[in-house]
Amino acid sequence: MRALDSVTQEQLRDDIPTFREGDTVRINVRVVDFKDAKGGKVERRERIQAYEGLVIARHNNGISSSFTVRKISNGIGVERIFPLHSPMLESINVVRKGVVRRAKLYYMRERRGKAARIRERRS
Amino acid sequence: MAGLIARKSGMTQVFAENGHAVPVTVLEIEPCKVIAIRTADADGYEAVQVGYGKEARHTSRAVQGHYAKQGQDVMRSLKEFRTEIPSSFKLGQDLTASMFEAGQKVDVSGTSKGRGFAGVMKRWNFAGGRATHGAEKTHRQMGSTGQCQDPGRVFPGKKMPGHYGAERSTVECLTVVRVDENRLLVKGAVPGSRGGLVEVRLAKKG
Repeated sequence: MRALDSVTQEQLRDDIPTFREGDTVRINVRVVDFKDAKGGKVERRERIQAYEGLVIARHNNGISSSFTVRKISNGIGVERIFPLHSPMLESINVVRKGVVRRAKLYYMRERRGKAARIRERRS
Repeated sequence: MAGLIARKSGMTQVFAENGHAVPVTVLEIEPCKVIAIRTADADGYEAVQVGYGKEARHTSRAVQGHYAKQGQDVMRSLKEFRTEIPSSFKLGQDLTASMFEAGQKVDVSGTSKGRGFAGVMKRWNFAGGRATHGAEKTHRQMGSTGQCQDPGRVFPGKKMPGHYGAERSTVECLTVVRVDENRLLVKGAVPGSRGGLVEVRLAKKG
């Protein structure tokens, strides 16, 4: 894909913090709502929604890079895959760094409660 | 409006203004030049003949003569594009990516990837047979080719295994996402492998 780097170069974000699998991140996502306004028009509204959870996978491939964030929401596991360089991500904040031994933490899907803990990495 | 010859660089994605990731094919525009203009009076149809490629190679005397007659340098190869207004083109005119603009629809033609001698599942999307439950040696076979004594023959055009791909194919109405200096980004896939030549024309059904 190196030949196409020049096409996507300018869309790559340089404000992405270093984080890896096992880290907990808080992402401010731009959410677009469409609301019926007066006169049959549709109004476009943008707001920011926070999503916090454990990074269980990263996929590195230039502009197509993405990462998967898992959290338990009202007792139900939720996973969202975010394009790393998406302009819809207002910001990514690393909340907690974790110690893990693999690159894909899919085993976390079978873990609940105490078993789903991850040791914190201290530098 | 004529067309351009481009080289398929490959696919990637770009983010649109609304944040959507758009899959795009990157087309590098080959150096294109108007070599000859076909008019209804002289030739019976209206078109521009476009030469492309930096280096000429394997040109016969006849082809060289054709270029010389038009007063142009020999290019790698020639292609014609139909146009209704051949008068808007000049001999020797360079054709660049700027003849297209973002948001336009284009048709892209090229030679599809060759798949060799392919079976019916790949070539015609047949369902094939079962993998288990006693199926023996008929996992990817085509099944019946027709009826019995009446008609007593296989109808012409019956879909069968055979050579697949490496033929001209056109993808219609692709949206131009971005126009760079010598580069077009179109939404979606185009025929052929990376490095293959394709023709880009304004969409017929745009």
